[in-house]
Amino acid sequence: MTDRIQLLAIVGALALLLIVLELVRRRRFLERYALVWLACGVVLLALAVWRGALGFVADLLGIAYAPNALFFIAVGFVLVLLLHFSLAVSRLTDQSKLLAQRLALLEERVRRQERTSSDDDAEQPVFERAGSP
Amino acid sequence: MSSQRHLALVPAFNEGRNVASVIRDIHAQLPEFDVVVVDDGSTDDTVQQAESAGARVVRLPFNLGIGGAVQTGFRYALEHGYDYMVQIDGDGQHDPAEVRRLMRTMERRPEMDMVCGSRFLRGSTDAPLYPAPISRRTGIHLFAFLLRRIVGPKISDPTSGFRLYNRRAIELFARDYPHDYPEVEAVLMLHHNRLDMCETRVRMFERGGGQSSISAGKSLYYMIKVLLALGVGLARRRPVIESGEPPAVAAERAL
Repeated sequence: MTDRIQLLAIVGALALLLIVLELVRRRRFLERYALVWLACGVVLLALAVWRGALGFVADLLGIAYAPNALFFIAVGFVLVLLLHFSLAVSRLTDQSKLLAQRLALLEERVRRQERTSSDDDAEQPVFERAGSP
Repeated sequence: MSSQRHLALVPAFNEGRNVASVIRDIHAQLPEFDVVVVDDGSTDDTVQQAESAGARVVRLPFNLGIGGAVQTGFRYALEHGYDYMVQIDGDGQHDPAEVRRLMRTMERRPEMDMVCGSRFLRGSTDAPLYPAPISRRTGIHLFAFLLRRIVGPKISDPTSGFRLYNRRAIELFARDYPHDYPEVEAVLMLHHNRLDMCETRVRMFERGGGQSSISAGKSLYYMIKVLLALGVGLARRRPVIESGEPPAVAAERAL
């Protein structure tokens, strides 16, 4: 591996790690989503620094030019991350569907109670009674 | 039957032009039915039209698609203790008078959990066959063919949403109902949960207006999506979860 590509790989991995850590520090990034990114950065950095390990992995995968193994692993991480995001999006979609449905049903219930209580000229505000079982 | 409670669910998305007449028709034809409209985030006057026609209106805060809207109706029926629920689309495609036919079938065969109105069953009446475009009919017959292989020879119109459900079916679908194009998958879910269904012949109208949930351009996407859902549904050992187990929705599951 030439020194130039190794330097590039090290700088890239370091930058990735630092950006992720900084985003977590600023609370822009939930830890559970940051973990996969951090693992990705640590592994890439380790392989970029430690040539022997990268050579070993390249041999194992049957890749003649060791730096290609680095890209191969990086692409693997990207795929895992994308899968992770698709899962997260699916979960959020389902959660927001559930919330929308419950909200709509509650809203209908409250509006109907408001209508009947205004008919009865009730004194209590509706929201206090809506919570009681 | 007098002590039992009946609900007519009208899912509506931008159906301001039709929904009021549909509701008035239901009130006239089916006086024992309460009417609830699930407004799927309409941007027109659907809500006002439905309320002024005397329906209860459940307003979803944003558009969930037909599956999410209909599931809201199942939840409403479950929460308010209805024994039967019929789905009548807000576009005027389903004739409320034909609900009587669904009811009669349910009374005659009380072991059925769902009675589905079919456009394609040939019966003694001289009602005209539903004039669907040929591309859509091809898809419908393909789904019917596949479902017949899986659940038995009782399905001719698997995409019809004109369906009457009993309490057991309401409980099942309130818990879990497919997302995008639910009707075909719902048949499969019934089968996997050992609930039973049958069809009865009904007359349907052409749509009065508004947008179909399946526009012509989306037909292919629709077919592929439903085929995927059917395949995956088959591969699931138990598509719907017994009470006490983790829920089937992705929402409740930690990553």
